[in-house]
Amino acid sequence: MIKALPNEYYQQLEEIQAVDFVLMELTLYLDTHPADSHAIQQYNHFAHNSLLLKQKFEAKFGPLQQRSINQKNDFWMWKSGPWPWQI
Amino acid sequence: MWSYEKKLQYPVKVSTCNPTLARYLMEQYGGADGELAAALRYLNQRYTIPDKVIGLLTDIGTEEFAHLEMIATMIYKLTKDATPQQLRDAGLGDHYVSHDSALFYNNASGVPFTAAYIQAKGDPIADLYEDIAAEEKARATYQWIIDISDDPDLNDSLRFLREREIVHSQRFREAVEMLKEDRDQKKVF
Repeated sequence: MIKALPNEYYQQLEEIQAVDFVLMELTLYLDTHPADSHAIQQYNHFAHNSLLLKQKFEAKFGPLQQRSINQKNDFWMWKSGPWPWQI
Repeated sequence: MWSYEKKLQYPVKVSTCNPTLARYLMEQYGGADGELAAALRYLNQRYTIPDKVIGLLTDIGTEEFAHLEMIATMIYKLTKDATPQQLRDAGLGDHYVSHDSALFYNNASGVPFTAAYIQAKGDPIADLYEDIAAEEKARATYQWIIDISDDPDLNDSLRFLREREIVHSQRFREAVEMLKEDRDQKKVF
């Protein structure tokens, strides 16, 4: 069903998962500690990181998020797998 | 609104086809203290919770949907190659005749999900205490599944989910304290 994916796919995806986990943790923390400027600094740092990692991933493997740029002009890449439960 | 990302919150690897384990995991899919119940509970309560806590309920509720997707992925991977006989041996014969290998929102005993599992009392402290209890019950359920599981790869993802329940419980406890402080400050004699 899904052709074999290069190791790079898994490596890059895991980096994104790690950074987005940090963002999720900081989000919940900031929801109850909204005036912690050190945590906000950390959040912004990782939010920027996440953006860069996703741009790099999407250029190579297609859109990861809805509303991302479609890299090809002649094929709608969003509908293509692999979907998360297929890898 | 919500927006989809084509990734799991944390990787899910399974060692082998294991429909018995999949059946246990259904407790966290469509069970009383499962991820569906959690997501629906928090996202529904947030409309009438004090403003200070809306963000927390929205964000935790949203994370619960990511956990629901992880559980679905586990169940799917553990059963996708199972024969009808293997499903029957695992106690999923009843599930098979109704759903084939499709997922369904029921608990480990096959009882379908019901909104009666969740509450919305409109009283912020009552709602948040319910949320804390829900997280603690989900944490305990993950622990029992880890204890009974024979799949080390899967247990890694289950441990991640167990830890998330602890974090959510702690955040809800902080939310209770925030509301109590507000309440005590508002007292005028």
